[in-house]
Amino acid sequence: MAGTTAGKTLAEKVWNAHVVRKGDGEGAAQQPDLLYIDLHLVHEVTSPQAFEGLRLAGRPLRRPDLTIATEDHNTPTLDIDKPIADPTSRTQIETLRTNCKEFGVRLHSLGDAEQGIVHVVGPQLGLTQPGLTVVCGDSHTSTHGAFGALAFGIGTSEVEHVMATQTLSLKPFKTMAINVEGTLRPGVTSKDIILAVIAKIGTGGGQGYVLEYRGSAIRDLSMEARMTICNMSIEAGARAGMVAPDETTFEYLKGRPHAPEGADWDAAVEYWQTLRTEDDAEFDAEVFLDADTLEPFVTWGTNPGQGVSLSGAVPSPEDFADENAKASAARALTYMDLKAGTPMKDIRVDTVFLGSCTNSRIEDLRIAADIIRGRSKDPNIRMMVVPGSARVRLEAEAEGLDQVFKDFGAEWRFAGCSMCLGMNPDQLAPGERCASTSNRNFEGRQGKGGRTHLVSPVVAAATAVRGTLSSPSDLDPVDEGQARRLSETSAA
Amino acid sequence: MTMEKFTTHTGIGVPLRQSNVDTDQIIPAVYLKRITRTGFEDALFSAWRKKDDFILNQEPFNRGSVLVAGSDFGTGSSREHAVWALKDYGFRVVLSSRFADIFRGNSGKQGLLAAQVAQDDIELIWKELENHPGTEITVDLNSKTVVCGTLTAPFEIDDYTRWRLLEGLDDIGLTLQHEEEITSYEATRPSWKPKTLPARS
Repeated sequence: MAGTTAGKTLAEKVWNAHVVRKGDGEGAAQQPDLLYIDLHLVHEVTSPQAFEGLRLAGRPLRRPDLTIATEDHNTPTLDIDKPIADPTSRTQIETLRTNCKEFGVRLHSLGDAEQGIVHVVGPQLGLTQPGLTVVCGDSHTSTHGAFGALAFGIGTSEVEHVMATQTLSLKPFKTMAINVEGTLRPGVTSKDIILAVIAKIGTGGGQGYVLEYRGSAIRDLSMEARMTICNMSIEAGARAGMVAPDETTFEYLKGRPHAPEGADWDAAVEYWQTLRTEDDAEFDAEVFLDADTLEPFVTWGTNPGQGVSLSGAVPSPEDFADENAKASAARALTYMDLKAGTPMKDIRVDTVFLGSCTNSRIEDLRIAADIIRGRSKDPNIRMMVVPGSARVRLEAEAEGLDQVFKDFGAEWRFAGCSMCLGMNPDQLAPGERCASTSNRNFEGRQGKGGRTHLVSPVVAAATAVRGTLSSPSDLDPVDEGQARRLSETSAA
Repeated sequence: MTMEKFTTHTGIGVPLRQSNVDTDQIIPAVYLKRITRTGFEDALFSAWRKKDDFILNQEPFNRGSVLVAGSDFGTGSSREHAVWALKDYGFRVVLSSRFADIFRGNSGKQGLLAAQVAQDDIELIWKELENHPGTEITVDLNSKTVVCGTLTAPFEIDDYTRWRLLEGLDDIGLTLQHEEEITSYEATRPSWKPKTLPARS
């Protein structure tokens, strides 16, 4: 991180507050710092080998009271009251249950009101708070940075390390400011900001950095929208993304089950207010993005950096100067079965997936519901709506959103990671094309041979109406109330 | 757990002319349902291995142990299974001009050497391996060099990971030597910091 004479960045402040032991040496010989971990989130996929490692070494789990588990990656989104059909999925879930019981870890199982995607559950319980260090054996742990926490994904060996020691040995990250100034236009969301950022800096551009999202456009975002941005920091290669906490953050947290109360709340807020980058702090790198001119952004290729404005066209490999980028584009066009020059809005999709830790929170469902309310689904489209958590599903049902989706012809499912990575039965068939609010358009990610276009919930909903990649501006207005609701949600 | 020591390795180089090889390609999610730490050799690049022209389906590359990949290797998911699958197949070293952070960290924990080599040298190694299939690459962690045919190229790795690989050290054991410092730190944590237990909802 930047030199010691200047003021500190947000990331440096949080880092410094968690150093148990400073690494010896300097420069290349610098040993890692031993960093304390405030919150460890656990799910069924990356934990069984870690629990087994503890067991083999006869080590206890040091802080069960700073650990929480949920079932998400493997869980079915239909028939959740029946035994899981896939025996390997069932074994993995049962292994988590056995391990949590043995080591005293709190677990939210399928059917529990707090079950859901680990990155939706932590914030909704108020466990994710500013200034914490948060880790999970899942790369999208960067989501929690939206609260001003330093949150990052780890591998299974590190999961075991945290279980045994509540610390990690890490070298400080570099810092990069992502400055987004201006006001988003109607129909443009935080998903479009992050897709544009990744297209700009590339899938490796953030490598070694913590990104701090700053500027007026970020300040205007809701917590849900900030989580969407921080969630995809990893797709730019960054370990973590952060937003300085402010009134929006405090407002979101207040009254949540695990938020501090009374005098503790006051003490916490006083500390949280210090969690901002000092004016004279230096970032190791800076990127600028203009929110005023940003358009809905979608991907055309097979990595999240291969994106364009929705009003644009599929690029040609020849558009890229770098030989590797050319080859990568050519390969992606073949896999995606797309021709260079095709307008993005002419691309017809088969499936629309609204869900994942990127865009499955209540606000995402509200935005999509507002667009489809009173409209008809394209008859050839299959639309699947998967709330991020059982709590989000209940909340949506209380607001009647489930009925809006069902009336539209969408499938209303139970909570989990679902089609984002297809570990459960929710998968694309070979060649099937999907507009997905998830985070990765990798080859085969949503099912072998499946083709993914990453989009915002706004674009997902409009696409389900028209059948081709679309924004709400491509739709005939339903009525004036519809237009008003759209403009109200635009800043989200 | 104690890691296997790494000093030098010599084995057949495998040219993988592709950048942005994400961990979903290295091992698709369907294989992540297993609860073991070994036995993932069949999972490695499983989608690509279904195609006859994939490099690992060709002699002598199917016997390779040094993977030479394009930039941004190991992006995406944090799955350590990607490292397990590479190791189970027989790879001991991956060369690339840029690795994703989590993948590189996971490799270091498992004794798979992720050696960062300049892209120009990667291109030269690719040509050598393609012109002379079966060429062995020697990777020396002490001198931080890669030798392939007549080419000798330096590679980068951070000193701490290099030391741990050379010594085959147990990370958790190392950290627990500082347990008193962890306990002291815990005593200073503000009382309002969240606890998951007792559960509130």
